[in-house]
Amino acid sequence: MGLTGYLQLPFAQHALIAGTLIALICGLIGPFVIARSMAFAVHGAAELSFTGAAAGLVIASNPVAGALIGSVVVAGLFGALGERQRERDSAIGVVLAAGLGLGVLLLSHYQGYATAATNILFGDIFGVSTTSLALLVGLAVVVAAAMITIYRPLLFSSVDPDLAQARGVPTRWLGLVFLVLLAVTVTEAAQIVGTLLVLSLAITPAASAQRLAASPMAVTGLSILLALLATDGGILCSLSGSSVPPTVFVTGISFGLYLLARLVGPWLARRRRERLALVRAEQGPRPTP
Amino acid sequence: MSAPAIKLVGLEAGYGARTLVGPLDLEIQPGEVVAVLGPNGSGKTTLLKVLLGILAPLAGLVEIDGLAPRQARRHVGYIPQHRDFDRDLPIRGRELVGLGLSGHRLGLPWARRAERQAIDAALVAVGAEGYADAPVGMLSGGEQQRLRIAQALLGEPSVLLCDEPLLALDLRRQAQVIELIDRQRAERDAAVLFVTHEINPILPLVDRLLYLVQGRAAVGTPHEVLTTERLSDLYGAPVEVVEVGGRIVVVAGDESANQLLGHHHDHAREDGPWD
Repeated sequence: MGLTGYLQLPFAQHALIAGTLIALICGLIGPFVIARSMAFAVHGAAELSFTGAAAGLVIASNPVAGALIGSVVVAGLFGALGERQRERDSAIGVVLAAGLGLGVLLLSHYQGYATAATNILFGDIFGVSTTSLALLVGLAVVVAAAMITIYRPLLFSSVDPDLAQARGVPTRWLGLVFLVLLAVTVTEAAQIVGTLLVLSLAITPAASAQRLAASPMAVTGLSILLALLATDGGILCSLSGSSVPPTVFVTGISFGLYLLARLVGPWLARRRRERLALVRAEQGPRPTP
Repeated sequence: MSAPAIKLVGLEAGYGARTLVGPLDLEIQPGEVVAVLGPNGSGKTTLLKVLLGILAPLAGLVEIDGLAPRQARRHVGYIPQHRDFDRDLPIRGRELVGLGLSGHRLGLPWARRAERQAIDAALVAVGAEGYADAPVGMLSGGEQQRLRIAQALLGEPSVLLCDEPLLALDLRRQAQVIELIDRQRAERDAAVLFVTHEINPILPLVDRLLYLVQGRAAVGTPHEVLTTERLSDLYGAPVEVVEVGGRIVVVAGDESANQLLGHHHDHAREDGPWD
């Protein structure tokens, strides 16, 4: 069956819709993940969604609900234990290690098939049910709306925390809200692209965008665009008569775009620096750099 | 006489049970420049936090334009201690300045028309309009500091709080920044509180000094405070105030005072000749 044939089938349509939504919210949070140096938090939240799924499976036979509730708990733990910048990464490492152990313990007590929980480690973009698609639509709308609402104060407290605090921006509270949004996004993405590959949607597109654009909104827009290219492109590649799993294409395209950005970025930066030098020259006495 | 821009009555500030500042009484009038001096850990930053409404005082009264600090945030322009922005930080100077005006508002960071005009005016006022569209990480320390001043001037503050605004600037840049702040003070009749460890560059500008040492304070004109007797009393150890080539230097009289002063020696060493 060719690509057009596949596109008639619900599993392929679901995959594209789910991929698009995941790319949108991952691309949206990515620049803040980088600005706040939270890549490890993304990784931790992604892996811990396995524990949440296992808990959900054992307690209520519902891994999805378990992963979602677990992600909020994880965000709370990260926030509470890693309040100071310097201890944050070690706190995440500690919670991550303990959480994964707990997940294994939970699964060892589970009598049924554990694939529902282990699936979350690798994701299954071609296995998105109508129910989980509906849930994903709802969550994507909530995350996107919340991110747009807090965008400016979150930007302020990310780039200029001292002044933001002096201006009355509730920087700690915003940090916590962002942590929850991040955990929910990552958990949702993990079910689609897999825990192990979440970074290629939540970090890589934003990292590429940051090399190319010089303005927060431009970086965000570009980050979303690159995430969309990687996800939908990857799914379409996989559907075009290939036996290679879509995640390989998604990560491959994402990484390829990043390499491209690393190539083009310095050239753009040089042009910006030249323009700046021109302005300085016009203004007369050269400032000492 | 007009109402004081800053009014402190019996202020005590610190963390938990530890009082770092006070009790302190001080009134600063509009247009007045007060420098806050003192060694590291003497409570300068704590005092700033109280004025910014970040830290509640342990005791006493704090008023800015007759309001509690948390209600007076729009009246205050704040120049935080300088630290270089990350080289790759994807934000333009203009956008950074704009956050000082509307960064607390929810939504996406699109500037309103009136805001854009105010931002442009502030950039022109500090002479930063030329490089305002460059990413801040590409700018020099002095250029970034100008953006900081533009940011603090937005919203026409009646009080300017400056935390070590001259740090990491060369002498020429220091003079320019001082000139900028003083011009704004004169034009807007703003009160200026200048936290610094190095009095000499701003001495011509300063009306009064607030000298903090381990929670105790001396207030007065530079000539009143910067005397061997006053400072020895304040430090509780013999220090000497000497004038060398037109600049005032505080030096230790013995080893105990030497430890208390600490940083003064560092800076006497760093500064080199002052012309």
